[in-house]
Amino acid sequence: MTDTVTSPDAGNAGAPPEDGPILAADGTPLARSLNRSVRRQKIRALALIAPLLVFVLISFIVPIVGMLLRSVDNSVVPETLPRTVVALEGWTASGPDDTPPPEVYEAFVLDIQKAADERRHTVVGGRLNYQTAGVASKFRQLGRAAEDIDTSSPEAAKAGLIDVDATWGQASIWQTIQTYDGEYTTGYYANAVDRNLDVDGVQARPDDEAIYLMLFWRTIRLSLIITVICALLGYPIAWLLSNSRERNANLLLILVLLPFWTSLLVRTSAWKVLLQEQGVINESLTSMGLIGSPLPLMYNQFGTIVAMTHILLPFMILPMYSVMKTIPPSYVRAAKSLGATDFTAFRRVYFPQSVPGIGAGGVLVFILAIGYYITPEIVGGTTGIFISNRIAYNIQSTLNWGLAAALGAMLLVAVLVLYWVYDRVVGIDNVKLG
Amino acid sequence: MATLPAYTTPAQKIWHYGLRVLCGFIFFFLVAPIVAIIPLSFSAGDFFTYTEGMLTFQPDAYSLKHYEDALTNPEWTTAIWNSFRIAIPATIIAVTLGTLAAIGLSQRHVPGRRAIMAILISPMIVPLIISALGMFFFYAPLGNFMQDTLRLPQDLVEFIKIVLAHAVLGIPFVIITVTATLVGFDQSLTRAAASMGAGPLRTFFKVQMPLILPGVISGALFAFITSFDEVVVITIIGSQKVQTLPWQMFVGLREQISLTILAVATMMVGFSIILLTTIELLRRRNERLRGLTPS
Amino acid sequence: MTTKLKRLLGLMALLFALGATAAACGGSGDTETDDAGAEETSDDAAAEEEAAEEDGAMEEEDGDDEAMEDEGGDSDIELTLVSWGGAYQTSQQKAYTEPYTADTGVSFIWDESSADAVAKIRAQSEAGNITWDLVDVVGADAIRLCDEGLVMEIDFDTMVAPGDDGSSAVEDFGENLVSDCFIPQIVYSTTVGYRTDLVGDTPPTDICALFDTETYPGKRALESRPLNNMEWALLCDGVAKDDIYDVLATPEGQDQALAKLDTIKDDLIFWDAGADTPQLLADGEIVIGSTYNGRLFSAIEEQGQPIGMLWDAQMYDYDGWVIPAGLPEDRLQAVLDFVYYATDTQRLADQAAYISYGPARASSAPLVGQHAELGIDMAQHMPTDPANAENIFVTQYDFWADYRDDIDTKYQAWLAG
Repeated sequence: MTDTVTSPDAGNAGAPPEDGPILAADGTPLARSLNRSVRRQKIRALALIAPLLVFVLISFIVPIVGMLLRSVDNSVVPETLPRTVVALEGWTASGPDDTPPPEVYEAFVLDIQKAADERRHTVVGGRLNYQTAGVASKFRQLGRAAEDIDTSSPEAAKAGLIDVDATWGQASIWQTIQTYDGEYTTGYYANAVDRNLDVDGVQARPDDEAIYLMLFWRTIRLSLIITVICALLGYPIAWLLSNSRERNANLLLILVLLPFWTSLLVRTSAWKVLLQEQGVINESLTSMGLIGSPLPLMYNQFGTIVAMTHILLPFMILPMYSVMKTIPPSYVRAAKSLGATDFTAFRRVYFPQSVPGIGAGGVLVFILAIGYYITPEIVGGTTGIFISNRIAYNIQSTLNWGLAAALGAMLLVAVLVLYWVYDRVVGIDNVKLG
Repeated sequence: MATLPAYTTPAQKIWHYGLRVLCGFIFFFLVAPIVAIIPLSFSAGDFFTYTEGMLTFQPDAYSLKHYEDALTNPEWTTAIWNSFRIAIPATIIAVTLGTLAAIGLSQRHVPGRRAIMAILISPMIVPLIISALGMFFFYAPLGNFMQDTLRLPQDLVEFIKIVLAHAVLGIPFVIITVTATLVGFDQSLTRAAASMGAGPLRTFFKVQMPLILPGVISGALFAFITSFDEVVVITIIGSQKVQTLPWQMFVGLREQISLTILAVATMMVGFSIILLTTIELLRRRNERLRGLTPS
Repeated sequence: MTTKLKRLLGLMALLFALGATAAACGGSGDTETDDAGAEETSDDAAAEEEAAEEDGAMEEEDGDDEAMEDEGGDSDIELTLVSWGGAYQTSQQKAYTEPYTADTGVSFIWDESSADAVAKIRAQSEAGNITWDLVDVVGADAIRLCDEGLVMEIDFDTMVAPGDDGSSAVEDFGENLVSDCFIPQIVYSTTVGYRTDLVGDTPPTDICALFDTETYPGKRALESRPLNNMEWALLCDGVAKDDIYDVLATPEGQDQALAKLDTIKDDLIFWDAGADTPQLLADGEIVIGSTYNGRLFSAIEEQGQPIGMLWDAQMYDYDGWVIPAGLPEDRLQAVLDFVYYATDTQRLADQAAYISYGPARASSAPLVGQHAELGIDMAQHMPTDPANAENIFVTQYDFWADYRDDIDTKYQAWLAG
């Protein structure tokens, strides 16, 4: 599109003046007229976008941001244990058996007694248990015992609490509370990259407890593989569709749409029927004598790749097809008539014009793949699951929404960065025609 | 297939047929898994495997009991009906707003295009489970408001909530496909139309719309299937009253594997074949009547 | 294409106009619905039907409101129960809700969301929009919900019927009361099933057959979470039964269990859903695998599959009701009335006629009769039957509430490694 002046009143033309600033047809200076035109275009563009933007902002972005803010929210600790948090200020443990001053115990027992009345003591226990295993049951136990602890003096409170459980006589549990006493925490993000936040700062987790970075890496790697395979398989199909006569193309399109219309759950189950050890493929290969023992085709990464490629392939073909359909065949014919070989005509003329289709399909497939979790869950076994499976697990099973939000936020940032890179490198806007 | 012109070189012939064989394999990959499960839906058994009897074509190994279940069991019939009545309005909202916005985005001067793009396609990027929870915190109070203040019936409120949520999930697909089509769109055409006196609406419907229609239709298909096949958001936001087919299947797969799932799937496949074929036949008839040859 | 195209264009034109107005207020999706239906001629009838339905629903709803205002226990009350779907939910309908509806006229809506219940109750509670009245969950979930204060505490003296043998409810449920917020209905167990045709002449007799790949070669299925698997691994690695949870609380013990599981890792398939293992066994995909005892019962007795099962080292677990905290008074009364009825001795025994899980009350055991359709004596298929319960594990919920996150992280790292 070019920036010609298209103001509707341009028709009331007067003759342009001989000198002075260049004037538009209606007599205003051209620069101002152009500016006005650009402004009008901006307003028109925004007016077209606005309804959707407002809808998405209100019903999606705002609630999602709220959800993601849980990744730093730690308010349950200072709200439930306000006195303890204040009393613990300034204390540093000198050794594993060092205990805070008795005043801390008194404050803590008072906090817990109040919390137990409101049944909140277990909530804070659950929160701290995400950081130090074993804390939850100590807090649960206090729900019943706290009432009977003597709070007449700080010393009595200390003795009473340690009497309930010896854990309260050790430094570690107090250090945990101290580390997580603020309104906000970076602890969930530390967990999300296989680190622990404790009193000495961020520490790497032992190797046998590190899973998230590995899962991130695997998710991105498998998604890329799936996207590339989809592009390789989808391109010839989309080309065939857009270069066949329309009646043939429409028949072939039915074959593409057929799997597309079949439920994801059904297609995943279908792959189960095909890929399992006693499944159709293994049985056929065995009966033909091609293999001696069944091949492990599912419950691994191979299964995930095959099933997800199948499920996502239509998402690659359809955008490619809709772009390729708009490429006029005359361009390739013109190239050939000017002496280009078939290959050169394809490479120099056809392919560049089809790039937006590959881009759109690729981004679509990659982004869909990266967030998938139902298919990997069913056919991926243990080596084929994605990061989303763990996010879902933290939301549904452990109720550790803070960690889930941190993982989700990181995944989101990763995708946004990739999208930004894509936009810079390929750039929907930067692809020039012809 | 069209016959090749006489001047085709041998290399071109090999290329021509080689490509078609390759495409044949890819089509086989696309369709075979679905074909493979169709016979299973006629199994007399209850498990997802071919029984001995089925492989040796014993009549008593086959039955229609799963079809009977799918068509008479109200759980399944309601689920099928719910799926359609949610997916259709969700698609319409997504396509309408999405196409408008995509046209807006493809204008030359759009302040903050990248940010807007990122916002509009974010429903596709955010992991579904997080979207589902986030949206729950938007739709639950909205539902309360509609029920308590606007006095809307509960069923309608449940329905509106899920339609809007599904529409949001479908929007990125519309944006992406329509924007991609618009890149190839020659804006001089709209100017030509405008210069010949067509109003903006007329220009849009007579010139722009027909050209970007493939993109709009494929966006609509994505939006529809997104809603029709969606199982995560609906289980969080929806209630039993809007239980859809995927939800019903998911419960089925998890709690009690039943081949009714395959019977429903087979019927859906049959339905889409009939639908797609009908459209194609109508189109051909229409062309014949108008004496046009396919382009 | 052209006719179709014109119609489509017409449709679009209308919708753009509608969409613009609708988006402005962002909340009138119903307007489009009706128009959408009307646009597509084939859907005309359907759209009218829908409209009629909605009107009907509206009237019914109004009726409900009035009735609720009149009297709490009126017959127009509708309760939303949440369960697992499938055969288990059917057994609850037959044993609990159908007779209750016949007696009182209270009707029920079933939501098959128990698998996501923990997250959903929390979300409902935070959003102040509690739509569920009574939720069926497993013991571990009940404890987590109770800890979070999302479900109400139960007063077992007033809210639950005493046993019909004269014992108080607390005595009658005994050790099965694992949480203050949880009324157990059934005892189920996770145990092991095997293909009778794939184990040769020496069918397995104890749990360690899972780890014996020499005698029983082939794939085996275990649950994808560490619960049960870790206990069995330690048991088969020679740890005494009473010491298992002490050992498992230490990092060394966790490593020991994982090392034992590692010996069969190449042969393992992991399941998530209760329906998986029976399917895998039926397919001949695995030779042995863990699952719920009721699933094995149905595969063996109802479907006649060549499957056998073990009761050795079965892991006891509970499934029961929780009531979301913060229900409005009228709904709470209706729920409590139903719960009192549905958890009494007779009702729990009745459920065993439809599914092979043991009633959680001791007093129900003598009343367990025959399977409603197959006519099999059900008592011998109960995990609680003395013959089956010779060697049982009771899942230690407190332990798992504390260590689940930690052990699970290690377990997942092991799985992925």
